[in-house]
Amino acid sequence: MSVLPSTRIYEGTRIPQPVPTILEVDPEKHRLEDILRVNFGPNHPSTHGVLRLVVDLDGETVAGIRAVIGYLHTGFEKNMEHKSWWKSVTYAPRIDYVSFHANELLYVLAIEKLLGIEVPRRATWTRMAMAELNRIHSHLVWLGTSALELGAISLFWYCFDDRDQILDLFEMAGGTRMHTRYVQVGGIAEDLPPDFTSEARKFCESMPKSVDEYEAILDRNAIWLERTQGVGLLSSDDALALAQSGPMLRSTGVDWDLRRDMPYLAYDEVEFDVPVYCGGDVYDRYRVHMDEMRESVRIVRQCLDRLDEMDGEPWIADDRKVVLPPRHELHTSMESLIHHFKIVTEGFRVPAGEVYVAIESPRGENGCYLVSDGGARPWRVKFRAPSFAALQATATIVQGLLIADLIAAGGSLDPVMGDADR
Amino acid sequence: MTAYASVPGVVETRESFGETTLVVDPARLVEACTALRDEHGFNFLSDIAAADYLGWGEQEVAGYIGTNAGRDIHVPGSQGLARVPPPKPKRFSVSYHLLRVNDDPARLRVQVWLDDGESVASVLPVWPAADWFEREAFDMMGIRFEGHANLMRILMPEDWEGHPLRKDYPLGGEPVRFSDED
Repeated sequence: MSVLPSTRIYEGTRIPQPVPTILEVDPEKHRLEDILRVNFGPNHPSTHGVLRLVVDLDGETVAGIRAVIGYLHTGFEKNMEHKSWWKSVTYAPRIDYVSFHANELLYVLAIEKLLGIEVPRRATWTRMAMAELNRIHSHLVWLGTSALELGAISLFWYCFDDRDQILDLFEMAGGTRMHTRYVQVGGIAEDLPPDFTSEARKFCESMPKSVDEYEAILDRNAIWLERTQGVGLLSSDDALALAQSGPMLRSTGVDWDLRRDMPYLAYDEVEFDVPVYCGGDVYDRYRVHMDEMRESVRIVRQCLDRLDEMDGEPWIADDRKVVLPPRHELHTSMESLIHHFKIVTEGFRVPAGEVYVAIESPRGENGCYLVSDGGARPWRVKFRAPSFAALQATATIVQGLLIADLIAAGGSLDPVMGDADR
Repeated sequence: MTAYASVPGVVETRESFGETTLVVDPARLVEACTALRDEHGFNFLSDIAAADYLGWGEQEVAGYIGTNAGRDIHVPGSQGLARVPPPKPKRFSVSYHLLRVNDDPARLRVQVWLDDGESVASVLPVWPAADWFEREAFDMMGIRFEGHANLMRILMPEDWEGHPLRKDYPLGGEPVRFSDED
C-alpha cells in the first residue's frame, strides 16, 4: 500500500468516542433548546433503501447522528444453513441485489475452496467478464441515484438506460436479468451463447462514451461541484480503522484493490489500473466510480478476446460428484441418472473445514466465512458485507455538515441495505 | 507458524486450506490483537464471525433436509455424515478475520472459543471497526463482549428474544400472524 503524500485530509482522527458509530451532541450544546432530533427514514426516498438515521440538528447543522439498520434483515445466513450447498447458492445473489453476481461468485468460490475443485479456464474468464459487467451495473445505479438525490434527474435515466444493456447481456447468458445464479460450483450454469461476445463488444464500444457524457453533465455543473467537493471528509487512517473498502478507501488515497493485491480468478493476467484519489470527499468517491467503470470496460474487452480464443472449451468441471451430468446423458447412462438424482435430492458433500474468501465487489471487500462439517449443507455461512462496514463511517463523515449535505455524504457510502442487513 | 510465535496468548496455530488460524486464550485476546496490529501490521479488521457448534458431529444435523415423518435419516450411507468431524473444544467460536493492507498483504484468522454465558473482551480499542461486527455477533449468537460501550441488538428489533443464528433457535421461530387461526 502506498498512501499518497497529500492525504492529510484533516489532522488526527474524527472517529467519535467512545462509540465509533454514534456522534453524540456536545453536552454543552445539549442544554440549548434549539437541538432538534429528527428521525430520517427508514422510509425516505434518498436513504438507499430502509436506512434510518437519527439526526440531532443544531439549526441546519448536523450535531449528532446515529445510523439504525436491520429493517431489511431477512435471515439469509440462517436459511442457507438449512439448504443443501447446491440450493443455497440461490440465496447469495439476493443479499446484495445490486451486485448480485459478485455475491454468488463469492459464495461459489468459497465452496470451491473447501472442495478443492478445479474450474475450467473458460468458466473463470466468463465469471470475470460478468463480474466486471456487474461492477459497471452497480456503479451506474450508484451514480444515477446519487445524482438524482442532488437534483440531477436526467442522469438517472441515462444511467438506467446503460444499465439495461448490461441486464440484457446477463439475460442473454443466464436467462434472467438479475439474480442470475449463473455461477455454479465447478464452473458456470450454461455456456455463453454464440453471439454474446459480439453483443458485449458493442456495449464496450458505447460505455466509455457514456461515461464521458456523464462527466460532461456533472463535471462542469456548479451545483454538483459545490455539493460534493469537500463534503463528507474521511482520512486514510480513519478509513482503515473503520474497515472501509472499495471506492470509499481508494478515495482517501489508499492504493488498495483486492483484484490487484490479492488476485483471484485470473485478475493477475489482465491489465488494468486502480484509480486512487486523495481528497477523501464525495467528489473523489465519484471520480473513483467513474474511473472504475472505464477500467472495467478495459477488463471486459480483454476477457472477451480470451473467451473468443477459448470457444468450444469446457465451461464446467467434469466432476460427477459435484456437477450435474449433461442432460442428454440422463437418457442413456444409468450412472449419470444416479448422479443427477443424488445431487438434486441429497446434494453433494463438502469436506469439513472453515474458509474465509474475499473478493473485490463493486462496494469493496466482500467476504464469506464458511464452515462445513462434511455434510450436505453448510454449517455456518457468514458474509462480510461491504455496505455494513461502510455504514459504520456515517458518524465520522457527517461531522459539521448541513442537513442537505447529509444526503450527499450518506449516498456516497454506496450502501445497499439488503447487503448491510442480510 | 514461527512468524506468529511472539504473539501473546496463542494456544494453537492451524494451517488449513492455505489459511492460518491462531487460536487465542480469550483472556489475552486484546493483548494478542494489539501485538498483531502493532508488530505484524494487521491494520484492517475485515470481519468478526461467530459460529455455534451445538450438535456438531451428530448425524441428524447434517442429514437429509425437509425430512418427512416416516423417513429414517439415521441410516448410514444414505444420509448423515460420512465421517464424524473432530469435536470442537467449546460451543462457540468467534473468528476475527484480519487483513494486512500494505505492500506485503496477508490474511489471518484469530479465533477464541467460548461456552454459553462466557464473555470475551471487546477489541473496540484496537480496531474501531469492531463496533458493529461485535454488535452483530451479540445479536445473532448472544456472545457478550466485555467493555463494548454500546452492546445492543443491531439487526433484530431491540425487544427481540433469543439469538436467531444459534443452532437451538428454530427456523421459522418468528410467529406468523393468523397462521394458527382458523
